[in-house]
Amino acid sequence: MARFGIPAGRALPQRGPAPGFRFFLYALLSVLLMFLDRRGDWLERVRYGLQAAAYPLQLAVNSPSAAWRWTSSIFEARDKLQIENKALRAELRKLELSTMRNAALERENAQLRGLKTSLPPLTDKWLAGEVISVESSTLRQRLVINRGANHAVFKGQTVVANAGLLGQTLRVGPWSAEVILITDPEHAVPVQIVRNGLRTIAVGSGEADAISLPYLPIQSDVEVGDLLVTSGLGGVFPAGFPVARVTEARRDTGSALALVRAKPLAALDRDREVGFVWFRPGHTAAPATETPDPKAAAALGIEAQRAPPSPAPAPVVAAPTPVVAAPGPAATTAPPVAPMGATPPTTGAR
Amino acid sequence: MNRDSEPRGVMLLSALIGLVLQVIPLPSLIAPVRPAFLVVVVIYWSLMAPRAGGLTLAFISGLALDVFKGAVLGQYALTTSLVGYIAIRQHNLIRNKPPFEQMIFAGLVLFLWELVLLLIDGWAGQSVSGALRWLHLPFSALSWFLVAGVLGRLHSSR
Repeated sequence: MARFGIPAGRALPQRGPAPGFRFFLYALLSVLLMFLDRRGDWLERVRYGLQAAAYPLQLAVNSPSAAWRWTSSIFEARDKLQIENKALRAELRKLELSTMRNAALERENAQLRGLKTSLPPLTDKWLAGEVISVESSTLRQRLVINRGANHAVFKGQTVVANAGLLGQTLRVGPWSAEVILITDPEHAVPVQIVRNGLRTIAVGSGEADAISLPYLPIQSDVEVGDLLVTSGLGGVFPAGFPVARVTEARRDTGSALALVRAKPLAALDRDREVGFVWFRPGHTAAPATETPDPKAAAALGIEAQRAPPSPAPAPVVAAPTPVVAAPGPAATTAPPVAPMGATPPTTGAR
Repeated sequence: MNRDSEPRGVMLLSALIGLVLQVIPLPSLIAPVRPAFLVVVVIYWSLMAPRAGGLTLAFISGLALDVFKGAVLGQYALTTSLVGYIAIRQHNLIRNKPPFEQMIFAGLVLFLWELVLLLIDGWAGQSVSGALRWLHLPFSALSWFLVAGVLGRLHSSR
């Protein structure tokens, strides 16, 4: 046996196999794990178990900051709480007003579409969760949330924070779920500019406060301050969720593409609480599934049948449906100039 | 000083604390310079008590990092095992050296650790850009003094 590195020929007093052999075994095991993890989903169960085993430790990791927040909440001054309460009340009043208007708009929208009643709300269910671990680097922007399969959280679920879209679940353990943020360089979200309906794809930049829109041609109509919402393409996110606001739109004459960056509305690096959202299947704004689920398709069918009886012209009613039914990648409707084949990640980034 | 006694309890506890320190959420401003505590702890035990934990400690620690960091399963396990193996192989040479030279050794091994991680990231199709990933290396190497100081005290007092 080659004994490099052990001077004076002193063998390592070792029970069991020699370290070289042992290292070989462990390395082989690691490589096998990596290979299986990359190809196919064989390791989903293993990961599920490991995630379950890691959960207590994750809680332990989180405990210092949780304890700090708990103590500071206990000793929070009364007047500070009163101020906060006042602000929240004002916020609530504002929201109530906008909801009132919203209800009227929904009715009006239904009338315009020729529906007898307005559509049911898009969100079916909502579950709040707390961040228990953060990975924030230029390579990965991930969160671990204390909600998992036991709370019916599923892979690829939309996660939002109070102000906007946060990301989607990437891996789900029994009590915890890993969320890939929209700022992760491996994540892309199909978006639309509210002002003019222009569709494109927003890719994470690896920085906690920026996403980039790399596929907009130089002549495209985008301005600083434009609000980006999800376009509903791609089959993961529903349509119309606020994502980010454009902060920079540069046009270099040498390049065919504009340099556009936007700031996510959700405070990705500060929010402690996030929300998992379930959508009503078959709703016109719900995300289309990549592999059409027969149940959802049936729901869609019912939706489509219910619409026509009104006297409204058919195309208007049918218009939203193709968007929903389009199961293909967002590439089909994205601006033609972009080298779509080169789009590194899709919304289903893994 | 009986360095080869098997301080399994201290070992496990220190690895756990190292893991916590390495994955605890930090503001994104200081997160890039956070030392890789768990790896330094693994290097320490591999040098000072190669029989007690050995490669199993390194492998399990790496696997824990995989799970916590959401990496390709096996990525950290492989690199951390490699680091542990080198440290175990060289333990006779290194552990009697002055602390400064031990720190240099830890730094070099950590550089290798990060390099293999980078290679695997590249293979797995993760983005590998960014010089930020190397930023923690000097701090990790410097944390050797801290880790060796604390663990050395606990270890030899047994």
